[in-house]
Amino acid sequence: MLRQNWWKIVGVFLLLYTFIAGFLGEVPAKPILNETIRNLYFHVAMWMAMMVFFIISVIYSIKYLRSNNHIFDIYALEYAKAGIVFGSLGVITGSVWARYTWGAFWSNDPKQLGAVIALLIYLAYLVLRNSMTDIDKRARIGAVYNIFAFAMLFPTIWIIPRMVESLHPGGMGNPALSSDDIDSRMRIIFWPGAVPGWTLLGVWITSLRIRLSIMQEQKM
Amino acid sequence: MLTLKNEFIGSARHIWTLFKKDLLLEVRQQYTFYGVLLYVASTIFVLYLSMGEPEAAVWKGLFWMIQLFISVNAVAKSFLQEGRGRLLYFYSIAGARDFILAKLMFNALLMLVMSLVSLFLFMLMLGDPLPNPFSFVLLSCLGGVSLSLVFTFLAAIAARAQQSSALMAILGFPLIIPQLLLLNKVSNIAFADVVQSGLKEMVGLLIGLDGMIIALSIILFPFLWKD
Repeated sequence: MLRQNWWKIVGVFLLLYTFIAGFLGEVPAKPILNETIRNLYFHVAMWMAMMVFFIISVIYSIKYLRSNNHIFDIYALEYAKAGIVFGSLGVITGSVWARYTWGAFWSNDPKQLGAVIALLIYLAYLVLRNSMTDIDKRARIGAVYNIFAFAMLFPTIWIIPRMVESLHPGGMGNPALSSDDIDSRMRIIFWPGAVPGWTLLGVWITSLRIRLSIMQEQKM
Repeated sequence: MLTLKNEFIGSARHIWTLFKKDLLLEVRQQYTFYGVLLYVASTIFVLYLSMGEPEAAVWKGLFWMIQLFISVNAVAKSFLQEGRGRLLYFYSIAGARDFILAKLMFNALLMLVMSLVSLFLFMLMLGDPLPNPFSFVLLSCLGGVSLSLVFTFLAAIAARAQQSSALMAILGFPLIIPQLLLLNKVSNIAFADVVQSGLKEMVGLLIGLDGMIIALSIILFPFLWKD
């Protein structure tokens, strides 16, 4: 199914729709947020895509431990890398957004810190893998660490930042994405357009990288 | 049902034997304990020389940072000291789950003692800004045990990767930040003169996190050990 073309075309069209409708469409006029609310289509959607990639990555790690099939290890690695890329983009778009709403690119907000810690945990995954030369050992220990890292991701970005004061919406009785924050005009772009669009783009990039590294492996 | 019970008793006996073996080695060699003790004492002494008696916020921050480094140093040895042959022997007689549980228990005990020692030295040298020392003693015990659990698992990974404690620090520091943040938050609440809400939830979350780490260690360690 991944070799077919239709979902790539769908992804491109969804992103085109996100860009065109996202920049030209009507948005609710909110104080402070003003037009920056359009960043929702990029910042939030990229974070959701990151979460999808980390979940796929951990599923492949579990599959690797169950089957010892080397292909699954390549999948887990490449999806973790895609998650890191999208997470970094999410942090960058978020800090640009913070510049115009909170007044500074970086203000040591718990959510910002949690995001950076999550990325550091996954960067340590790459470092751990590079520290070993034996392919089987690298795959197995990498898979174990990946599962552990995924479990630690939940307190880092989902639980602790919600328990403390934060400027960021979501948590402290201030949920983002509720009907107070965005209306149906935005929702029709965000859910069917931006979230699957960015996710499909990431899956496309990752599937190309997976094919490349399988080919490289076969050449050896 | 009866076999399950027997199995449980057998595995508990294995864990206890392995735990006792670590303890006995420690009592005979007295290497880790005194080594880490010297490390703790000299670090806190250097802190005392450079800081004098800091204010409460700095005191807390320093305390948890020192706990972190003690934990890395104390726990790192637990897997590196075992040779390859001996590990194979343990694996064949006891199984991986019993082995990791015994290690978790031993390291938790070691860190418990170390936390209390370093807390005593902190109070001795860096002053005593604690309004209610008793609750902080409990908190530092909980903190020490939490740190030891995470680093025991990471030490197992680092030992399998045949790397020294350098890799453990690289892996561990990002992973430990959530717990350190939580500990710092809880100690803030415990330190404050006015009663603040959220203490119970955070302590509960910390204990839940520990439970999760133990469960993950038990599930994942056998995969780490297969060769």
